[in-house]
Amino acid sequence: MSHATTHAIEPAESPLTPESWGKLGMWVFLAGDAMTFGSLLAGYGALRAGSMEWPDPTTILGINLTAFMTFLLICSSVTMVKGLSAIKHGDPKGMRNYLLLTALGGAIFLGLQAYEWTHLITGEHKVLFTTTGGQKSLFGATFYAITGFHGAHVTGGVIYLLIVVMNGARGKYAAENFNGVELVGLYWHFVDLIWILVFTFIYLIPNPS
Amino acid sequence: MSGTHQEPNYMAVFYSLAVLTALEIGVAYMRFLPLLIMGLALIILALVKAFLVGMYFMHLKFEKRTLGIIALTPLILCTLLIIALLPDLTGTNRKSDKAPVAQAQHDAAR
Repeated sequence: MSHATTHAIEPAESPLTPESWGKLGMWVFLAGDAMTFGSLLAGYGALRAGSMEWPDPTTILGINLTAFMTFLLICSSVTMVKGLSAIKHGDPKGMRNYLLLTALGGAIFLGLQAYEWTHLITGEHKVLFTTTGGQKSLFGATFYAITGFHGAHVTGGVIYLLIVVMNGARGKYAAENFNGVELVGLYWHFVDLIWILVFTFIYLIPNPS
Repeated sequence: MSGTHQEPNYMAVFYSLAVLTALEIGVAYMRFLPLLIMGLALIILALVKAFLVGMYFMHLKFEKRTLGIIALTPLILCTLLIIALLPDLTGTNRKSDKAPVAQAQHDAAR
């Protein structure tokens, strides 16, 4: 009796995502998260366009390294969809291997970002919050805020992936029960999608010559 | 995505993304291009890549349309945000020049 009442209060199926409410929840979260990134990038654009001097990113930042990082994230997105596809076909081992590869891709990405930051903080052409003349550097502040915020998302994604791998080892997912894998996939592709935009706006777009 | 629709060709999406990334790098190194053309080309390439990731890797192509509207909301809101920020984009440098004049005119009028 009480069971039936619960169902009457809360519909069993999400109208937009019949598979699960979690999927709708993830999409709403990602839309909100996209707004945070969008505001950061819009603020970056406004500060850059309104600044008298702005260092040319293409000469200060290493495009080749970050191009490789972009490629790495794209590869990890492919292993992610392969992992989801594996569990849909009832192959938990294949899913585990592909998800571990995805997490490895994310971990290498983070390692390269740490390398890049170290280089920028201690290297020849320093990118800091102040210029060598002691003036505030909006370039440095916005660069570290945005790439750092994205790096935090990748870190969270790697942890999230490892949790899903551990759940998978306990037999949580199967050919007809892959919702948790799909959700981590959505998050991971979102992080990839955001990096595509960050790469263009922070690294590639040059200054007017 | 349930079993009712077939899987997209993920490798084709991957190759497209790889080629588009290579194109981006190529465009970024063409320093002779005018800024407007280069910037537009880079932004269009990035949006096409983001579209591919959203439609195929995140399966938006196979979802209900209203879910796509949820996904598009931040893009629409950010476009509005950029429009709202436009007056500030060129204003910072000029305001400091104009402000004293405006103040003087204001004082004179009084």
